[in-house]
Formats: sequence, C-alpha cells, structure tokens
Amino acid sequence: MRCAIEARQCRTGAGMTEPKQLVLRDLHAELGARFVPFAGWEMPVQYAAGVMAEHLHCRTAAALFDVSHMGQLVLRGAEADRALEALVPADLLALPEGRQRYGLLTTEAGGILDDLMVLRLGDALHLVVNAARVAVDLQHLRAGLPADVTLEHERDRALLALQGPGAGEVMAALLPGVAGMRFMDAALFEWQGAGLRLTRSGYTGEDGFEISVPRMSAESLARVLLAQPGVAPAGLGARDSLRLEAGLPLWGQDMDEGVSPAEAGLAWAIGKARRADGARPGGFPGAQRVLDELASGPARRRVGLLPEGRAPMRAGVELFAAEDDAAPVGRIGSGGFAPSLDRPVATAILPIHLCGTGTRVYGALRGRRLPLAVAALPFRPAGYRKGS
Amino acid sequence: MKYTEEHEWLRVEGDLVVVGITDYAAQQLGDVVFVELPEVEAQVAKGDEVCVIESVKAASDILAPVDGEIVEVNEALVDNPGLVNEDATGEAWFFKMKIDDAGVLDAFMDEDEYKDFIT
Repeated sequence: MRCAIEARQCRTGAGMTEPKQLVLRDLHAELGARFVPFAGWEMPVQYAAGVMAEHLHCRTAAALFDVSHMGQLVLRGAEADRALEALVPADLLALPEGRQRYGLLTTEAGGILDDLMVLRLGDALHLVVNAARVAVDLQHLRAGLPADVTLEHERDRALLALQGPGAGEVMAALLPGVAGMRFMDAALFEWQGAGLRLTRSGYTGEDGFEISVPRMSAESLARVLLAQPGVAPAGLGARDSLRLEAGLPLWGQDMDEGVSPAEAGLAWAIGKARRADGARPGGFPGAQRVLDELASGPARRRVGLLPEGRAPMRAGVELFAAEDDAAPVGRIGSGGFAPSLDRPVATAILPIHLCGTGTRVYGALRGRRLPLAVAALPFRPAGYRKGS
Repeated sequence: MKYTEEHEWLRVEGDLVVVGITDYAAQQLGDVVFVELPEVEAQVAKGDEVCVIESVKAASDILAPVDGEIVEVNEALVDNPGLVNEDATGEAWFFKMKIDDAGVLDAFMDEDEYKDFIT
C-alpha cells in the first residue's frame, strides 16, 4: 500500500524549518493524536477515535479543537476601525461593541490576500487570521495602517474551539454569562484568574465558541472542557470535513490572490456601506474590480459539486465541461468525503455558464472522466445560534 | 502469512495468493470510505497500482506484490469499504492472484519480521 498524501507531506517537509509546537502538544499526544505539519505548525490531524467519529461527534455533541496556529492580532488606536477599512471592505465603523464580523484583506488587483475575523471589544479590534498568512498579513497591515494604530501579534495566547450543538450547554456550565451570547457575539470572561476572550462562532457550521486563552491557562481549560459530559477532542481532519460540508471556504484552496470576493462567493462579506451606492464606497485595495464585479456579476464563481459516484475527488482534480474536452474549465478547490452526508462532496470555481444547480461537469480521476453535478452551498445547513 | 514493505499481507490458498492490507495499515489510513478493485483476469506486474483505497483524509494505492493474474476480487468492499477497518486481515481481503511460482513469496517478511519492520 502506498499513501499519496503521506508522500506529499514528506516532500513538502524536506528542507522546511522545524514546525512550531502547540502549547497543548503533550495533551494531544496523551489523547492519542497523530500529528502532521500544517502551516508551519505540528498539528493534531486526528485522535484515537478517527476523523469520521470526531466529525460526527461534533455534529451531535461537542468537539474541542486546538486552533492555536491561527494568528491572533490586536489593533489599537483612536480610529483603528476607520484605518482598517482602508484594507478590509467591511463596514467596520458600524461594528458594534461585542460583535464579530467576517472580512477579507484584498489585493490591489482585487484578489484575496487572506480572510479573517474582526471583533470589537473595548478600545481594541481583535483579528483572527490564517496561520499560513500571519507573516504576509502582518507586513500588509503594518504597511497599510497609520502610525497611530498599533498592531500586536498575540503569541502568548492559545485558541481553542468548542463546536457542536452541545457546546452552548458545556460552555455555560463553566461561564454562565455565555448563555446570552448569540452567533458572532464576542465577550471577555474571567476563568480561574485567566482572561478569556470568547466569540460565538467557528469553522464547522455548528453552534459553538472560539476561546482565546493565555498560553499558561490553555491546558487547564482544555482539560476542564474535555472532562465535561459530551466533549471529545477533534483534529484538523475533522475540522476540514466539517467546514467543507458547511460550505466554508479555505484560503489557499478555495481562494487566493488570484480570486476575487465575488468569484469566491464572498460578495456578502463586502459591507453595504462600502459598496458603490453605500455611505463610504470603495477606499480599499482593488475596489474598482471588486465593486464592478458586484454590479455586473463575476465571470466565474465558487459552487458546490456532488460527485455522482462514491469516489472522493480531492483538491486539484481538473474539471471539464464535457467528457472528452481537452481544456479544463477549472479544478477542485476543496473535496473529500462528507461523513454527515455519507458521500463525497467538492467545491470549485467554475465559469458562470456552468454554475447552475444540476449542471454536469467531469473530473479527471486516475485516467478517467467522472461526472459531478453542481450543487448549492452549503451542503448542510448551519446550526448557528441566531436570533436576538 | 507473508508481509510486504507496502503493508500488504499475502496468504497462500491452494495455487492462489490472497492479498489484503495489514491492521497497521488500516489503522494508519483511518476510516476507509471508498475502494476500487482491479478487473478480474487482469494480468498485473509487481508494483502495478491495482487497487485504490480512499480514507476520509487520504488516497492510497495497493500495489501488486508479484507478477500474476487477478482471478477474484472482494466485491463486498465496494459496498462496505468500512470492512477494511473492521477486519483488515480477514473478511477485508482485496483480491486473489494466480502466480506461476509460489516460491516468490519466500522473499517477503514473516510475521515477526513485519512486526519489527513497523516498530
């Protein structure tokens, strides 16, 4: 037996610097984690239960993820929100205290430098950015922000995610105050002397929390959470299949500098105030292209794909409009097996004339062309705790 | 039972060799969700990719351990790929090969040697 994925990891691993170690590394090992290098970190890809069980547990109970590889940044300054609007096309002036918003860092060409979360607490804006993009984002932010806005990379904090329909009850047992939080709320709590920063959000399509915790308190918090009824650890493997079912894009696979917000299906992340007919139109990198595409529609767009057979089709598989076409129309951005749907699913950016639900395209897999049908995203409705 | 360095087990059954993957391999692979089997009567050469195994997280191949002809495949794996995780060395055999010379199996590891190999 020969494992294609492992071979790839060997190749990309060669010559790389030593991966960074999570503060909870020993706890993961104790829980039976298998580790893989990811974005410069050694990350638990799964625990003893395996990806399938971890995924399904998150859909039915509560799963604890260590996502401390993500970059936690803080902006401070009198008009930090206005300054950040010059780089992020979201309505940040209107971001209320204790609320979080999804946003994009755009390039001059109208592509996506990174996607991120922005939340406001007190005099600070807190950003959570992709691990693989921390260095790029920091450079971009430093270059684009005025001198009176300070930028801090919080390396002294870990980030845990408790996700699943049981997460609310578990979290409220530790911190009664979270009961009132709804989707995309953010709040500070004190737990055993440690300052926690919580958001009711995540990357699984489930209700849940992301918990920013000082490194020195991360292990005790993780152990207490894992000891709660219904909580089990879950690794990067389950995180990937969960977010894929939820239709959530991954930077580097579903979008990058060459993909615009509208092409990535993220037009909704452009705040109304920042659009052509808004109160503060444009004023961010690539605004011309980004706003033109909102008005006229993009030439291609990210869609869901359902392989008609049982064979998973993964990232990179070339897609064709017809079974015998020579030129591909795109390639799979994210793809794999969806445990909750018991079938393979994928996403790709396709020319707009192929984006209608039910349109058939063909993926080149092991020398054959296998059919897939375009489907609406998400594949599975989200379980967020919305409402007022 | 004999073992290959590619984590396959080989069991002689009359003039046939039955091929599957080891418990260790199944465990490393994780939850198997898709299996593609070779054509019956296919002539294969040692090292040919003859089966595809997809787990939730990765795609792998089974390589033909020796030259020979595929004479039977385990269709049960197509309907129930999870069998590989449940009973890798028993019910989850992949294919049976007819080989000219059973002596070629002598070169492979026995159980003790394989145990040393994976530790």
